[in-house]
Amino acid sequence: MRRSLPFIIIALVALLTVGIATTVYRVKVRPAPVTAVAATPTPADEKEDPSLHVRGPREAPVTLEIYGDFQCPSCAVTSQAIDDLQKQYAGKLRIVFHEFPLAMHNHAVDAARAAEAAGLQGHFWEMHDMLYQYQPIWSKATNPAYFFGAYANSLGLDVERFRADLQSPEVQTRVISDADAGAARGVKNTPTLYINGREVKTLFTFEKLQALIEEALAAKKNS
Amino acid sequence: MVFYWILAFIALLGLADATFLTVAHLTGDDAVCGSRIGCSTVLGSVYATIHGIPTAAFGAVAYFTVFSLAILFVSGYTRVRRFLIVVVASMFIASLYFLYLQAFVLHAFCPFCLLSAALTFLLAGILLAIPVAR
Repeated sequence: MRRSLPFIIIALVALLTVGIATTVYRVKVRPAPVTAVAATPTPADEKEDPSLHVRGPREAPVTLEIYGDFQCPSCAVTSQAIDDLQKQYAGKLRIVFHEFPLAMHNHAVDAARAAEAAGLQGHFWEMHDMLYQYQPIWSKATNPAYFFGAYANSLGLDVERFRADLQSPEVQTRVISDADAGAARGVKNTPTLYINGREVKTLFTFEKLQALIEEALAAKKNS
Repeated sequence: MVFYWILAFIALLGLADATFLTVAHLTGDDAVCGSRIGCSTVLGSVYATIHGIPTAAFGAVAYFTVFSLAILFVSGYTRVRRFLIVVVASMFIASLYFLYLQAFVLHAFCPFCLLSAALTFLLAGILLAIPVAR
């Protein structure tokens, strides 16, 4: 018994570490609580959906989809890389953004709503860029809506309408259905990227994404 | 003997720290970073993974190995000492490299990564301080 004691201690520590780590992981990656059940659009359907947040030409050979959470730092970093890529592949690259606010980020749902509310006034992408740019500021705020209002104002939006839309069921449903559709598609984490419907498994750096876009362009040319 | 208990305890702290960083990396959690944007630069950098595996996971394995070896040593398996030295020496070098990356390549520091480096230096220091003739 005495001789096996150290091994028992070691095994116990290993089990405990793995157990705690997986539990915390599971709790954290669960998407924000969703109530409504929305139909799950397939990637093919999504291409036709006029309410999608799309940057770039419809007929672009490469579509890069992002499931993003405005409060997630790696989403902000990735978004920067994607902006650079879009400059480089102007006309060839189409970006589609899907909301995927994670439960672990306290202001992520509010931020997603802010983007959607700005979207109702035709300024989704401007708010998207602003939310990422000022992420370190509003994400630490006790009342981020104050900042979102200021961003809306600086974008020249109708702030009264923006504030009303923040709370509207329409905006709420939009965020939920995006997150639901993502979860149904297997999205667990943010950012999750798809290039022409295929999930990106590499790091989301400019160089790696560029290589994948080149690959997708070559595949399109050959088909 | 008491030195090895201390080693085991520090390794346990390191294991907790590295596990925390691993989970934080996998979930994209930024609570680790507080308000410092530089910290996300570290955890979001290309150096945060090695072939897709979070760098912190390797740290967790290393700390677990040190813990296991120290426990074995105090249980009478004194021959594990040489492995302990090899593992801690590798961790020491890795920590130096990560400090270099943070200071000179990324120009950003992540507090929990610094804690890990400090714990490794502590492990190395204690291991050096232990009288060899035992």
